[in-house]
Amino acid sequence: MKFISVILKENTSMFKLPDSVFVSMDKDRTSSSHPFWILVAKEIADHIKSWRFIILLFLILLTCVSSLYTSLSSISKAAVKPGNPDDAFLFLRLFTHSDGSLPPFHVFVGFLGPLLGISLGFDAINSEQNGGTLSRVMAQPIHRDYLINAKFMGALIVISVLFLALGMMVTGFGIIIVGIPPTLEELLRIMSFLFFSIVYVAFWLNLSIFFSLRFKQAATSALTAIAVWLFFTVFYQIIINVVAKALLPTASADAYQVLTYQKIISNLLRIVPSQLYSDATTTLLMPSVRSLGPLTMEQVYGAIPAPLPFKESLMIVWPQLTGLTAATILCFAVSYYCFMRTEIRSR
Amino acid sequence: MEDVIELRGVTKCYGSLKAVDKLDLNIRKGEIYGLLGPNGAGKSTTILMMLGLTEPTEGLIRVCNIDSTLNPIEVKRRVGYLPDNVGFYDNQSGLDNLVFIARLNSVRETEARRRALELLSRVGLSGVANKKVGAYSRGMRQRLGLADVLIKKPAVIILDEPTLGIDPSGVKAFLDLIVQLSREEGLTVLLSSHHLHQVQQVCDRVGIFVSGKLIANGTISELSEQLFSNEAFTVEAAITPADAGIIQKLSSTLEDMQGVSHVKYEQGRLLISCAIEKTAAIARAIVDANLDLTYLSPREYGLDEIYQRYFEGEHKHV
Repeated sequence: MKFISVILKENTSMFKLPDSVFVSMDKDRTSSSHPFWILVAKEIADHIKSWRFIILLFLILLTCVSSLYTSLSSISKAAVKPGNPDDAFLFLRLFTHSDGSLPPFHVFVGFLGPLLGISLGFDAINSEQNGGTLSRVMAQPIHRDYLINAKFMGALIVISVLFLALGMMVTGFGIIIVGIPPTLEELLRIMSFLFFSIVYVAFWLNLSIFFSLRFKQAATSALTAIAVWLFFTVFYQIIINVVAKALLPTASADAYQVLTYQKIISNLLRIVPSQLYSDATTTLLMPSVRSLGPLTMEQVYGAIPAPLPFKESLMIVWPQLTGLTAATILCFAVSYYCFMRTEIRSR
Repeated sequence: MEDVIELRGVTKCYGSLKAVDKLDLNIRKGEIYGLLGPNGAGKSTTILMMLGLTEPTEGLIRVCNIDSTLNPIEVKRRVGYLPDNVGFYDNQSGLDNLVFIARLNSVRETEARRRALELLSRVGLSGVANKKVGAYSRGMRQRLGLADVLIKKPAVIILDEPTLGIDPSGVKAFLDLIVQLSREEGLTVLLSSHHLHQVQQVCDRVGIFVSGKLIANGTISELSEQLFSNEAFTVEAAITPADAGIIQKLSSTLEDMQGVSHVKYEQGRLLISCAIEKTAAIARAIVDANLDLTYLSPREYGLDEIYQRYFEGEHKHV
């Protein structure tokens, strides 16, 4: 709950709003009668009751259970090969292990998360506008930004609760079936993985809220958001492949040139939020990952094949976290700005 | 009497288009004021500015002595606004919709529920309080809208085209309800409409709004006096069709009569405007001209004529 409000504060305070807004929000946080929390409560109720969310929830639960099943059924065979540093973290393998028939849990989340974010946000503003309820709500004694903040907050709370519940469920089943409780480090890693997932879904949520402001028709905004998602997951990789082939250094190129080339390509890939997310989650869930870029022989030479401590893994993915958070905030800031500038007219 | 709504030199521009042009308007406490005008005259824009939902390009707006531009929250606490084509959350019941709005006005849950039920029975919706709004008819939605506006116990209510799309008997009931509420609770009501008859029925004063300007303001009798001071009476006479020459001659005879300012003939009907009551003399003149008089009636000026007259004036300017 705390980090959610931190995100919200960071977002809104970029625009110099009167402090009293936040002061009053903080003061009344516990009492449910503050208008902002009434709006948030309504948003959450709307999401939970909507068919759209129920269908997605079902889909996510299904994939979660099936990936848990595949990892549990094959983990006993794969486990404990001496010398493999990941094996020290058996519990994390629940999230990453797969026998090849189904992708592991974190890949599934990376794939379905955007869909969840888009579905929670694509009609946030335009449905209110088209239903004629926007001007009715805006005629009440509330600040204008309450509405868009509540839209974001409500969806974010739903997402957070969902992911925490899923993560806890996988952990719980893991404890029952494997019989080993997670160590503190594993728990930290799982928590930060869940946090990353929430930030990642929040990015897609904000993007779709932005589209819901720009496009009057909910269908247009949903399609645009899905188009962006498809572009980033499918077509962007193809484009990068073409670029990579064009830039490919000759066979006679020296190591430095090859290294630069590798860096350019991976940086280009990292423009995409899904790449940032998968980089970050892989590093967090597989302690053996030591670097996300190319390593030279000198760097690897003499390294002990041991897992990285949690702090070091977190250091590696810090840029990814910053980038993802920045993209999320940027999307929210743009939609906030647009919303504050639009004129509230009846239908 | 105290002014509840006060507008001074308010201008609103959208690019080069002036939606509202140097508007001055005062609305007194407890009165029902009708804002009249054709579509796109700037009525809704004016209302939005009063609520602080849109900022005026220029000018000062005070509602209940509070500046709407600087302190819209306080204004919205005191003003109930029923937008034109109001929307409700269709998947919630009428009661829930009202409670939600009351809660946004910082009313406690139990109190909100009590008020909502009371208002629903007041507007005649208690039977369908727990039905989803999606199943409501147009008239029911409009009545729910009125309850929605009243739930915050406002001092002023602003209704934008409240009667649009309701059947005639529904309109009558709806307007009666507004008048009743206004008289009982001492509410100030601002009503925007382009339906003249409805406004005429309920409003104490009206303002006529054309292309962003308030071109007339006052009670209906004041307005007709202002406009038709030299032609306070109009007599309409139907005669059997006759030779153009005879009609011409009759017209000039009538125009020569004292007090008659204007004579118009169209399709077997004579329209005679005069400053004093001349019906008998006109009848005699027509009979003297050897024409068959089939119908003679003095006409009074209603809002229709006032409105029409202003628009004639408007078109002449263009």
